[in-house]
This record gives sequence, C-alpha cells and structure tokens, in this order.
Amino acid sequence: MSATTTDTRLEFSRPSGVRTIKNSLATVFVTIATLITIIPLAWVLSTVIIKGYRLILNSTWWLQSQRGITPRREGGGAYHAIVGTVEMALICAAIAVPLGVMGAILLIEYGRGTKIARGVSFMVDILSGIPSIVAALFIYALFITIFGLGRSAVAVSLALVLLMLPVVLRSTEEMLKLVPDSLREASYALGVPKWKTIVKVVLPTAFGGIMTGVMLGLARVMGETAPLLILVSYAVGINFSPTSDTMAALPTMINAGRDQPPQLPGYERVWAAALTLIMIVMLLNLLARFIARVTTLKEK
Amino acid sequence: MAVTDTDATERVEPEPAVLDPSISPVHHETRHSPVPEVAYHVPAPAKIDGVERVEVRSRGVKLAKISRTGDRVFRSLATTSGLLIVLLVLFVGIFLLALALPSLQADQDNFLTSRNWTVAGNELRFGIAGLFWTTVLSSILAMVLAVPVAVGVALCLTMYLHKRVSGPVSFVVDLLAAVPSIIFGLWGLTVLGPFLAPAAEWLISKIGWIPLFGRSVDPKGSIFVASVVLAIMILPIVIAISRDVFAQTPREHIEAALALGATRWEVIRTAVLPHGRSGVISASMLGLGRALGETIAVMIILTTPAQGSPFTPSIFAGGETFASKIANNAAEFDSPSKTGAYIAAGLVLFVVTFAVNAIARIIADRGAKS
Repeated sequence: MSATTTDTRLEFSRPSGVRTIKNSLATVFVTIATLITIIPLAWVLSTVIIKGYRLILNSTWWLQSQRGITPRREGGGAYHAIVGTVEMALICAAIAVPLGVMGAILLIEYGRGTKIARGVSFMVDILSGIPSIVAALFIYALFITIFGLGRSAVAVSLALVLLMLPVVLRSTEEMLKLVPDSLREASYALGVPKWKTIVKVVLPTAFGGIMTGVMLGLARVMGETAPLLILVSYAVGINFSPTSDTMAALPTMINAGRDQPPQLPGYERVWAAALTLIMIVMLLNLLARFIARVTTLKEK
Repeated sequence: MAVTDTDATERVEPEPAVLDPSISPVHHETRHSPVPEVAYHVPAPAKIDGVERVEVRSRGVKLAKISRTGDRVFRSLATTSGLLIVLLVLFVGIFLLALALPSLQADQDNFLTSRNWTVAGNELRFGIAGLFWTTVLSSILAMVLAVPVAVGVALCLTMYLHKRVSGPVSFVVDLLAAVPSIIFGLWGLTVLGPFLAPAAEWLISKIGWIPLFGRSVDPKGSIFVASVVLAIMILPIVIAISRDVFAQTPREHIEAALALGATRWEVIRTAVLPHGRSGVISASMLGLGRALGETIAVMIILTTPAQGSPFTPSIFAGGETFASKIANNAAEFDSPSKTGAYIAAGLVLFVVTFAVNAIARIIADRGAKS
C-alpha cells in the first residue's frame, strides 16, 4: 500500500515483529491446507490411473462382459456394468428431472412465499441430507416388503431419484431466480399466458443452468453404491432389462472384486472399473461446467 | 395503458386469423385479467401540411379472450409435483417406522443401550449402542480433521490467491467432490491404510495409555483410517460453503481494517472470520451429516469385529457404523423381523442426520439474519 507513495512526509512504519510473524504463519497455514486438499485428489487419481489404465486401452474392455471370467483368468470387460450404470441413471433422470423442474417452477413461478412452497422447500432440504442407504432402505420397504415386488434395477433407479431430485430442483430454482423479471413482463405484455411464458421464455433462458444441475445430479447417482447393494444383485452377464432382479453396475463391479489379492488378473479389473467410473463421472462434471460457462445467464 | 376508449360503437372485433393462435388463443370465454390486449390496426400514413403523420384513430382497449386452461393444467402439474415431493419425504419416515416397529417390539434387549446384534432365528436381540459409537466417533473425528483445513483453503481461495489462480484451485476442489465414494473406499483400504499404519503405530506407542488411542487388533481397517477418508470426502462441501461465505464479507469491513494498518491475517481475524463464523459452523454440520450417512467407503475400510467381542473405545479399533452395518448385511434381508431390525437402524440414522442438518440450517439462517 505504501510503496507507491512519493510523499516523504508520510511515514508508514512496518507492523511490529510479532504481527509480521503471525501474518507469515497464517500464510504458511493456508498454503499447507491447500496442498493437503489437493494431494489426496492427485493421489487417488494417479493410483487409479496407474493401476487401471492398461485394461481400458483395450477394446474388449468396452465391448465384453465378465461372463465366464474367473478372477484367475485374464480378459473380459466392463460393458455389462457400463450398460447397467447408464441405464439406471437414465431411468432415474427420466423421473427426477421432470419432477425437479416442475417442483422448482412451483417454488419460483406459482407459489412464491406460499405455504405449499415453504413445505416443499423444507422437504427438499431434508431430502438433500438423506443418506443414500436410508433412501435405499425406504425403497426396499416400499417396493419389496409392502408391494411384494422383487429386487430390480427399477427399484435402484427409484432410490436414486430421491438423491437426484434435490440436486435438480435446487439448481433449477437458482436458475429460475436469475431469469430477469423484465423478460416475464415483456411476455405478459404481449398477452402470453403464464404457462406459455414459463415454457417458451423462462425455461429456455434457464436451460443451461438446468442442464448443469442435471449433469451434476447424474454424476452423483452414477457413483452411488449403497442402493445397488440393497436393491439389486450383481451379475457378470449383459442384461438390458431393468425389471429383472440382477443387473451389473460399475460400483458393484468394483465392490464384488475388491477382496482379490493383487497378483490375480481380477485385481487389475477392479481398478480399471474404478477408472472407467471416474472417467464417466468426471466427463459429466466437465460437461456441466462447460454448459454453465457457455450459457448466457450469469449471476447478477 | 393510456389508450382511451372514445368511440365504443366503432369497436371492431379483432380477427382471430390476424393473431397467432399459439400465442394468443382468443376463441375462449375467459379474459386475461392483468394485461389488457390492445386491438391493433395499421394506420394509413397521411400527409398533412407536407409533414407525414400517422393518423391516430383510437379504437379503444380490446381485452382479448385468452384461454386459462393451459395455465390451470400447468399449475396443477407443478402443484402435484410439489405435493409428491412432500409425500415422498413423509413416506420415508412413515414406512421406515412402520416396518421397524414390529422388530423393535420383539427386541429382547434394550434397543438404545445394547451392543448385541442377533437377528437370525426367532429371538431378536439387537441394540444400536455399538453402531452409534462408531458412527459418531468416526464422523466427529472426520469433522475435526477436515474443518481447520477447509477453513484454511477457503481463506486461501478468497483472501490470498489471485482470481486467475483461485479459479483452477476451486475447480480441483470441486473435482474432489465428484470422485465416487467407492473409489475413496478402495483407495483408503489399499493405499491410505498401509500408508497411515506407521503413523498410527507411533501414536499408539506415545499416547496409547489414553483409551481413545489404545492398541487394537487391526490398525489397517481402523476407525482412524475411515475418518481420514471421510475427512477428505467432506472437505469439498465445507470448502465450497466457507468460500462463498468468506467471499461475501463486506468490502467496507476489509478496507476499514486495512486502513487501520492491519496485516492480512489481522484483516481475516477481525473482519472475515467473524462475518463467516455462522456459515463455517453450518458448513461443518452439513459435512458431519454427510459423514454420518456415508456407506460404502466406510464399509470397505472398517474391519468388522467378531460378534460378541469386547468393546474397545479406541479410534484404532474396527467397528461398524449404521450405514455399513445395513449395507454389509443387505443380502440377508429375508425375514420381516430381520429386515425390521436393520430398518430400525436406518431410521435412527435418518433421525440423526435430520437433526444435524436441521441444526446446520438454523445456524445458517440465523447468521444470514444478523
């Protein structure tokens, strides 16, 4: 601050020794804290990449399942698990996205400040803090114990809806808040009904932000393991039917093989599955960030 | 709407064909109340005194008839979605309670104080004391480890680093949040556990006489390792919220402190930290809530002690949390009484995380008001 002044009459004394030392210690502390935070990420990523990269470079990894492959045998791929992960996430999104977007529309466009909006907002707060295992237990209780249906991939998707819904709803809500009122008023002034204003003006303006929320929600549910453990059995074969009681997914593929000793070929497949999962999740995150960057709607 | 209605008799019905029916369907009875539609016409330009003038022939306000059906349908759709969400959450509580109750009534032990977990066979003997201890101990230890680091990082991002550097660092922190928990679990078990073993051994040899740091059987799959992994997992949440709160410190407070000759640390201590305190506390509670409910990472790392083994209060012991107990035994949900016992444990977890999250929100709201 004082360096630029040329006025010799002003005397800017430096802070005393103790204060300078405290200041330096604080700088050292925040630097170390930042390094401590970055190290685990680098460590996890490098471990997964080093142990798993060899298999995913092979095309069989992406095209074959683990059917007939024992931990002692080389070969096979993760196609069955990728199919399961993507399919369950898509079914989940097909339910969670409309519900979340409509919920956000209720909160912002129709029910601002009303009792029902406050109730919904409160429940979404609870939902966003719900542990995934509790969501899984609830679907288990509802579908399997009460309705008497068997375990299935659909049940997993429904449990994932509980986890994805708050992400989509909150990000949509934030985006709808950012849509300027002048746009809505311009539309009303032209005699456009409210619902059409929402569909044709508000939602397109907020589209980028909503997609960001959807991508982040998808990334979250794809990495979830607890509902998979409770609601569906892991299978090594390829299965497209979401109503059958077995379906593979990348997290359960990792979980099924995690106890293998390092010298077996199966051990490497676990890390390759981990790398595949990280790649999918990171890709979704990067996509979300990219969409957020290119959309015109910015924080006021 | 300053258009005056001078000649009502000259009013002409607007031709529906002129208006785009998709924007303004005029063929319905109801009127669109807040915004009147103006019947428009194209006035022929006329030359008066050599000056081109637009003749204003006031035809008056025409309130077009606009359908409200679409609005009604859309509003009820939105309301239904909202109600569905409310019901969903209520059902979570109700169903869990309904299915847990029979098992709780059949429980021969005290549900809150027993450490037993015998759910096979006809006699149910189970309690949550052991699960509760492991869950709370691992989560609180994770919070204690994570919060100082997170505050340091948040300060670094907001007060120290240039925007061009803090952007990428924030990005890396957000990526940390994206890593699935099973991968943290796998990494914690195979890489971090062996790495921390010497440190754990050293701690045991130095302060092992304190029961909390006492020696236990398997230091690899200990609560300590699980807590470190949990700490890494909750770091991004705490950092993100603290960062946002610190960034909102009023510019005037910072400048006032600087004008008084404060060093950067003194600015932080006198202006930034007091302003962000409630936000940081609330962020820590949210992180705690996340740690309490974390399932798969903890399940993979923790060594499950043998049934009936004596209780060790050490962080270097193994154990089972609510979530890991349920997930570990998911394959055994065959009889209603057995399932009910696990659902009862899940219900307790639900209540505990709900309480922690509610406290976090109350603190955050209070901080926002003051």
